[in-house]
Amino acid sequence: MSRQRKAISLISGGLDSMLATKAIMEQGVHVEGINFFTGFCVEGHTHAIRKKDKEKPKRNNALWVAEQLGIKLHIVDVIEPYKDVLLNPKHGYGANMNPCLDCKCFMVGQALQWIKENDFDFIITGEVVGQRPKSQRAETMPIVQEESGAGDLLVRPLCAKKLPPTLPEREGWIDREKMFEFSGRTRKPQMALAEQYNFKDYATPAGGCCFLTDETYSRKLVDMWQARSDREYDLDDIMLLKVGRHIRPRPNFKMIVGREEGENKYLEGYKKQFTYLRSTSHTGPLVLIDGKVNDDDLELAARLTARFGRGKTADEVTIEATFTDGSVKELQVEPLPPSQLKEEWYV
Amino acid sequence: MSEHTLEARRLLCPMPVIRTQDKIKTLEKGDKLTVICTDPGALNDIPAWCRINGHKVLETKEAEDEVIVVIEVGNGA
Ligand code: SF4
Repeated sequence: MSRQRKAISLISGGLDSMLATKAIMEQGVHVEGINFFTGFCVEGHTHAIRKKDKEKPKRNNALWVAEQLGIKLHIVDVIEPYKDVLLNPKHGYGANMNPCLDCKCFMVGQALQWIKENDFDFIITGEVVGQRPKSQRAETMPIVQEESGAGDLLVRPLCAKKLPPTLPEREGWIDREKMFEFSGRTRKPQMALAEQYNFKDYATPAGGCCFLTDETYSRKLVDMWQARSDREYDLDDIMLLKVGRHIRPRPNFKMIVGREEGENKYLEGYKKQFTYLRSTSHTGPLVLIDGKVNDDDLELAARLTARFGRGKTADEVTIEATFTDGSVKELQVEPLPPSQLKEEWYV
Repeated sequence: MSEHTLEARRLLCPMPVIRTQDKIKTLEKGDKLTVICTDPGALNDIPAWCRINGHKVLETKEAEDEVIVVIEVGNGA
């Protein structure tokens, strides 16, 4: 008897990869899921930070999908190797800072390495020809195969019939006829198949699977790189871009202003790494200063901090600035009037 | 059978899950692992990860700003 074939499926948490996985499981293949954490993934975190979101049920969609399918899920931390993908994408960026095509090649390449190490036979993705204008086109399908090194070990069940037969099909591990020929941007065939498989309550991410497709987020990322004249980043940097108001009143420094209790609390975790400001006379946000400030900058930052607190209409507010060496400076300031707060300061 | 603790405070999901997964890889069936996190999301995600990967959650506790999950390593290790 021939042995049961094993496949690893790239699980993003969205519907397409869920359907693609199911289609192969239905053919008697043993499938496990793999999910890559780049640091920019939409899953979870910001919900955990903002207090007002706490009531909403939180779930990690990739884990949820794996549980619905009854498969194992391996979550892989790729924060470090992903930097090169984001900083030097051979195929450039999408509408924002999303290097989708390079990202796909990278992830499939990682999956290839995984199947070699774990003695699996092939790789599944939920890609659909023509689904995304830049990264999922007829021309990009072979690019992903080639640049990832996966070649014809890469099966896309949702559009397999539109593509040349892969090794698993030629070897008879899976039946091409039981796969699909979805194409284009319509979601109708996916919805119909979801209905057929009885999938309910699946996630429908709007833009894409990560923050890099988000315009505001991308702008903050570029602003950070420009201000530092260096594009190196770590996980804290990219997490902080998701939290608070980001205000750059002068090129040399940016303020990260907590918008509510949950964010203030999260920002507290960074008190050792940043100079931070807080009002001692009125309730108000915790503010981190990213960059080097002189006395004049500090005064402006203090006035802005006062502006965002309960003392915004007071004549004078006491702001305490704590520096990374632990020293403290107290400032008595007049809150910045709204007319002086410039729209363009908001990153 | 041995007992272990994993410090995952200040990490945001899915990092606590990844750390748990990587730690469990080094443990034996029947070992106990206590994971301490601050992201309340871990309260859902770690048990979900355990369910699909064949480990048993013995206890979950929510203390002041902390979430603690106690796991018994199953066959999936
Ligand atoms: S949206 Fe983000 S994670 Fe998804 S393919 Fe594009 S760059 Fe990669």
